[in-house]
Amino acid sequence: MKTWTRAGALLAASFAAMLVAACGSSGGSTSGGASGTSGLTPPQANTAVPASVGKGEGQLNLIAWSGYAQPQWVKPFEQATGCQVSTKYGNTSSEMVSLMANGGGGQYDLVSASGDADLRLIYGGDVKPININLIPSWKDFHPFLQSPPFNTIGGKHYGVSYEFGPNVLLYSKQAFPSAPTSWSVIYNKQYSGEVTVPNNPIQIADAALYLSRTQPSLGIGDPYELTQAQFNATVNLLKQQKPLIKKYWDLASQEISMFQSGTAVVGAAWPYQTNTLVAAGAKVADTIPSQGATGWADTWMLATKAPHPNCAYKWMQWATTPKVQAQQAVYFGETPANKLACPIMDQLSKGACANYHADAPEAYFKTLKFWKTPLKQCGNGKNDCVPFQQWVTAWTQITG
Amino acid sequence: MTATVVREDQAVGGGARVSAALWRRAWLRATLTLSPPLAWFLVIYLASLAVMLLTAFWTVNPFTNALERTWTLANFQQIFTGTYLTIIGRTVIMAAAVTVTDAVIAVPFAYYMARVASPRGRQALFVAVLLPLWASYMARVYAWIVILQKGGTLSWTLSKLGLGAVNIGYTNTAMWLVFSYIWLPFMIVPIYAALERIPDSLLEASGDLGARNWRTLRSVVMPLALPGVAAGSIFTFSLTLGDYITPLLVGGASSNFIGNAIYSNIGTANNLPFAAALAVVPIVIMIFYLLGARLFGAFEAM
Repeated sequence: MKTWTRAGALLAASFAAMLVAACGSSGGSTSGGASGTSGLTPPQANTAVPASVGKGEGQLNLIAWSGYAQPQWVKPFEQATGCQVSTKYGNTSSEMVSLMANGGGGQYDLVSASGDADLRLIYGGDVKPININLIPSWKDFHPFLQSPPFNTIGGKHYGVSYEFGPNVLLYSKQAFPSAPTSWSVIYNKQYSGEVTVPNNPIQIADAALYLSRTQPSLGIGDPYELTQAQFNATVNLLKQQKPLIKKYWDLASQEISMFQSGTAVVGAAWPYQTNTLVAAGAKVADTIPSQGATGWADTWMLATKAPHPNCAYKWMQWATTPKVQAQQAVYFGETPANKLACPIMDQLSKGACANYHADAPEAYFKTLKFWKTPLKQCGNGKNDCVPFQQWVTAWTQITG
Repeated sequence: MTATVVREDQAVGGGARVSAALWRRAWLRATLTLSPPLAWFLVIYLASLAVMLLTAFWTVNPFTNALERTWTLANFQQIFTGTYLTIIGRTVIMAAAVTVTDAVIAVPFAYYMARVASPRGRQALFVAVLLPLWASYMARVYAWIVILQKGGTLSWTLSKLGLGAVNIGYTNTAMWLVFSYIWLPFMIVPIYAALERIPDSLLEASGDLGARNWRTLRSVVMPLALPGVAAGSIFTFSLTLGDYITPLLVGGASSNFIGNAIYSNIGTANNLPFAAALAVVPIVIMIFYLLGARLFGAFEAM
């Protein structure tokens, strides 16, 4: 999701972004994420955290999504702290997990991991707990991002939340005079050949979320923790949906162009697409239907073998300040974790705060099920859930 | 006299001695000249292919994504399942369809260029054929998206002509059109080269022996053009076989190619071993294709 957003946001500027493929994103569910891995203990759970931030080491090595280390907030950081930032851009969540192998290998300090990578990094022992009291802006976060289950296990924070966004239902106002209230429209034969959804295995969770409300007999609770039977039912729904799909989009720009030309009239999207289309005069709108929606959330996580921990803490402090949060949100088209960023977003781009729902009430965020890596270990210590690799295989079968 | 020679030798120094030694040992000279390119070929090209092949027999840990160096054939077994056979079949059929389409268009075009057009006209046609190659691949594919999409140039033109609107954007038909357009120059040029090489005397002889135009074309020109067609088909076939950008941009819901499957395994799934195993498929297909093309004399025409 991450890369997509990124690729989408940057594509207008460069065709090269096309080669950036899309991938996974972030987040953990707002409920029960920790229980999903009961019986497992993160290898670094007992690693001591510093009581204060010492003098900077003069260097900081980041693994980041492209667009996450822009000069407008990196340059002032370097001047203020003396930490020279060098960034390695990761294209996908899995690539980030690979780069972070062996605790960052003594090379990398921080990674802007998405929720679908977080648990892999935590349980792989590649990231270690931080002292959240050293991040002053943390108290200004939306409450649901202060200790979310995708980056906080057993009260230990394996990093600090950064930015997030929902996966919304985008529709053409010509085809839908009134806003659709259910995700059922993207499974409805009436819109055959006019539906578009992201080309990403984690899209299975969107279908599972829909089934959790429309077919309660399946007993789906967390859309990222599916038993084989629940998983099969979800994959069946997606196979039935396939004939309705015009295209599984890889880049935000593809979806934008399909809605602009009227090729697609309804689909799954990010607020970025809606805002771009509306700004271009297209008659579209988005909504979060009654079943709720999935979303992504990113976390700056500290490498177990971080060679520059003080600069890393300084970066986490800097990246969560209202100004940087607002700059990042407007640059990329997402929502900041820090509530105080809202007025600055509006200064940077008129209406940005409301467009990206940064001022929404807590109840709105409760409707979002943040992405997280599907693991074999699921609720109540059972080990019968379908892991991510099988999600990838199933997605290839659906789209192949 | 002897003394003079020695002195000269000393004066010129080591350089002359080295060159003399090399002149006497031809094998050493050849080895020194050839080893840098040979080493490059072995290390960069063959070694990386070998490493890729080796990776195909490994697996990744599903949790940490770390490579696990244990021997397994599971990756290759997985290729022979319905999904991947469908993808491979789609890719090969598309590559064949594009090759046939391009050959059908290119033969008369190249014949006109090589044997009918005036020298000035030939030059103009050459520029026309090669001009699209100057523009970025991506820009040309995007142009086709605009042409083919709903309400696009094609649909608009047809509806103005009263032929009704068409909506073939994001389909396999669209992919076939775009591929055929993009690779056409790679078919025209080798066929042109083959046709241009046919001596006029052969055609005259054919006429002298009583063959009419059609018979000359069938019995003299076409057999001699065949190596050109085979050479061009290597390009169109292999370029289509290995592409993943056009399916990504122009394709619809069922347009995944082998390249897309490889790409999503490297990117989304980070399953390098399976991606490596999949990458072996086009290599094997191309080996057989090249063996077949050699029978038609493709390599003499290149």
